[in-house]
Amino acid sequence: MSQQHSVTAPLSQGQLSGYVHSTESGAGVDGPGMRFVFFMSGCQFRCQYCHNPDTWKLHAGRQLTVDEALAELAPYAGFLKFAGGVTISGGEPLMQPEFVGALLRGIKQRYGLHTALDTQGFLHESVSDGWLEAVDLVLLDIKHSDPERYQQITGQPLQPTLDFAQRLKRLGKPIWLRYVLVPGLTDATDDIARLADYVAELGSIVQRVEVLPFHQMGAAKWAQLGMAYPLADTPTPDAVAVAAARALFAARGLTVC
Amino acid sequence: MEAIAHNAVQADPWRGFAAGNWQTHVDVRQFIQLNYRPFTGDATFLAGASERTRKLWDVLGELLRQEREKGVLDVSADRATSITAHDAGYIDQSLELIVGLQTDAPLKRAIMPNGGLRMVESGLAAYGFTLDPVIKEVWEKYRKSHNQGVFDTYTPDILAARKSGIITGLPDAYGRGRIIGDYRRVALYGTDFLRKERQQLFHELDDAVFTEDVLRQREELSEQFRALDELRQMAAKYGFDISRPAVNAREAVQWTYFAYLAAVKEQNGAAMSLGRIATFLDIYIERDLAAGVLSEEQAQELIDDLVIKLRIVRFLRTPEYDQLFSGDPTWVTESIGGMGEDGRTLVSKNSFRFLNTLYNLGPAPEPNLTVLWSTALPQGFKDFCAQVSIDTSSIQYENDDNMRPLWGDDYGIACCVSAMRIGKQMQFFGARANLAKAMLYAINGGVDEKSGAVVASGFEPITADVLDFDEVMAKFDKMMDWLASTYVKALNCIHYMHDKYAYERIEMALHDRDILRTMACGIAGLSVAADSMSAIKHARVHVIRNEAGLAVDYRIEGDYPAYGNNDDRVDSMAVWLTETFMNKIKAQPYFYRHATPTQSVLTITSNVVYGKKTGNTPCGRRAGEPFAPGANPMNGRDVHGFVAAGASVAKLPYSAALDGISWTASATPDALGHTAQDRIANLSHCLDGFAAAGGFHVNVNVFRRETLLDAMEHPELYPQLTIRVSGYAVNFVKLTREQQLDVINRTFHASL
Repeated sequence: MSQQHSVTAPLSQGQLSGYVHSTESGAGVDGPGMRFVFFMSGCQFRCQYCHNPDTWKLHAGRQLTVDEALAELAPYAGFLKFAGGVTISGGEPLMQPEFVGALLRGIKQRYGLHTALDTQGFLHESVSDGWLEAVDLVLLDIKHSDPERYQQITGQPLQPTLDFAQRLKRLGKPIWLRYVLVPGLTDATDDIARLADYVAELGSIVQRVEVLPFHQMGAAKWAQLGMAYPLADTPTPDAVAVAAARALFAARGLTVC
Repeated sequence: MEAIAHNAVQADPWRGFAAGNWQTHVDVRQFIQLNYRPFTGDATFLAGASERTRKLWDVLGELLRQEREKGVLDVSADRATSITAHDAGYIDQSLELIVGLQTDAPLKRAIMPNGGLRMVESGLAAYGFTLDPVIKEVWEKYRKSHNQGVFDTYTPDILAARKSGIITGLPDAYGRGRIIGDYRRVALYGTDFLRKERQQLFHELDDAVFTEDVLRQREELSEQFRALDELRQMAAKYGFDISRPAVNAREAVQWTYFAYLAAVKEQNGAAMSLGRIATFLDIYIERDLAAGVLSEEQAQELIDDLVIKLRIVRFLRTPEYDQLFSGDPTWVTESIGGMGEDGRTLVSKNSFRFLNTLYNLGPAPEPNLTVLWSTALPQGFKDFCAQVSIDTSSIQYENDDNMRPLWGDDYGIACCVSAMRIGKQMQFFGARANLAKAMLYAINGGVDEKSGAVVASGFEPITADVLDFDEVMAKFDKMMDWLASTYVKALNCIHYMHDKYAYERIEMALHDRDILRTMACGIAGLSVAADSMSAIKHARVHVIRNEAGLAVDYRIEGDYPAYGNNDDRVDSMAVWLTETFMNKIKAQPYFYRHATPTQSVLTITSNVVYGKKTGNTPCGRRAGEPFAPGANPMNGRDVHGFVAAGASVAKLPYSAALDGISWTASATPDALGHTAQDRIANLSHCLDGFAAAGGFHVNVNVFRRETLLDAMEHPELYPQLTIRVSGYAVNFVKLTREQQLDVINRTFHASL
């Protein structure tokens, strides 16, 4: 019985197809250790400081079945076992919940690797608690703590992301919180302090907070896509500003990097 | 310190050591196995640089600055060097714990005409020195050099191949090197014991049939016997009696260094490697620490002082040589760490102390610190290695898990990637043949694409306008036959003559009598050849010919998979090339002195010169453009990051390249992780992953592109900036501008 189940179920799951923008065979900054990263296509956010605007359009990516995606991972599985794991990023992976869910389960079943989901959580209601079982770590991106400003920056409301955080707390799912520090946009002390308070209340599931200084590396992609880059003149935050932002989180007992 | 040395004279040198056969027969490995203490802790025990160490390093710092300005600080052009040719020399005698210089002053280079007089003369001329006329007369009239011997025997094919650069870097005008004396033997036994052993080995052959082999061996044993006494005399000039074994840690370091020093006083070998001495010396240090006669700071001082000496080993070389092997390298390679055959780690506290010199004295290319990596190494050591790599870019890693099954647990690396059992094995260094150029010769029927000269005769060119994979491969196969045959003949000439005219007396005195000799061939241009094969197979490659009908350029229609992206369609071609050329080498009818043929995939910095000597290639590489170093993917073609590139390299089978496969990887610190802790953990995990995948060697560089650009503009601000290049490390500011640009243009894996 169980054997039949395990043969048929992954097969049909394996035929599911999704859109993958690109993959990267090793990254040291997308979760613990060295990661193989699937950058999924499609995102309903239009963040002003997005550094991967080329992943916004769903159909801009390669269409792959879950089995094909897993096959691309195969040559690295041995390495990743030692070195880190797999991160599903984007774009927004929750745009393709069926495909990504099957992919995550496949990674677990076939290779037994550590998995991380890099998301802003807006679409979390489209996945079940069971779906989240194949995720070891959520890299949760909260763009701003003020609902209005959040809407301005991303074009979407903040509340679903906060709900997702509460849900992860209920499930006891580990989180790395990521916050991009953009001068003039997300660097006001009060805003950061408010976010830090909120995150601190999530408790021990928050394993670390990453304050990521805004950089201009995405500018070329905006230009390539023929889009005006709203932050073309925004500088990289200086070391003092980054340290100050980190201190606000650290003051609340959070582990900050 | 003097007091320690004095009291120690009375003591039994082997007190407290576990007894064994090593006491009656030379067996350093057994001594180590019975007496060393594996260390599984972390780096917190280490001591910083002492006041004395810093002073000494500062004195030298000024001399090094002057040397950088002049290229060569001074030369002892008045005499042909030998083990005993010079009086004792010091940096600052009052500050030195470990003494001994190659000549009578620091950074003063010796001349070694046994290798070849012309090399000496042009080396001197290049830096404004003149040769003593008596020496000139001696080597022109009365004494023959290695170089003359070789050219007395070369064939026209070899001369043509050498001139066109399809074979380059042959040690036919300089010392072959890549021989590691077991310098530890002098510390453990003293020279009296070792001379007696040579005598006994000599007399064992008294009743043998006196064939040429036996006669040569008897003559060599006599030379070795004499060299050991010269070594004793040389040490006596510094006030030490090394006829007896070392009695304490300081003497053990000093004796071992004297033995190495004798080798570099007499031989200008391409690579003069040290072996695997750290854990051996640790046994003496542990004994002294336990007896309370040595502190951790003093132990570190001994190693710092030794390393200072190793950093100033110098040879007089010509500008042509520097072009090939840039940055004044000497490959004083010390192999550190690794695992024992019994499962215990060979990491000792002294393994840490050697790496710690990169903090106490700052980063440096020499000694060439080589970590023998195993996934089973203790985590504390792995983490320290990763930390040192990230901070200094000065160490390289080689896969102990690959090598231990073949070479046991007392092997060392000679030069960059050549493993050999210490004191039981040596190699006949053979530089390398250019496979990318061989492919062009296949297309042009043996005519050189740059000069138009016929180099390989009797071959028909390809006349089609679009290259057909099967046709190219059939011709390439035959051209590789010709290349292998020409190449091995050249190596036979070289090593016959080197033994005859520039024999390494003292290094071989510190070997067993009966040893394994390998003939270490090598290939360059692997990624260019593999990519060219891939282009011909997967895209359409049009040939562009000049008026003379010579194929001089190619136009590629369509895409092709490039080596370095973990794509089997092309990686399998790189594997095929490696295996096929090795088989062609093996098929040769004769190897001098029954040597076992091996090969390496290594270029050191010669990838630049190889590129210069090779025309446009079917992969789209332009004429003159540098090759990728070693087994690296071509610059910019490995677009899937560090892990994919490493996976491609790891597919090259070590069994077909037992002399080593070199990969150089660079990353920016940011790509390795957000925090210092993350970066250390990630790098150490990467090294585990690469080793587990069977990867053989990796040079790890961690720096920002901007740093290198700035160093090009302001070299005076970066005297110690060290980077790893295929198999060794160099001071970045000592590279030629061309090589600096090559390093910078090489793929920076901003994302791993």
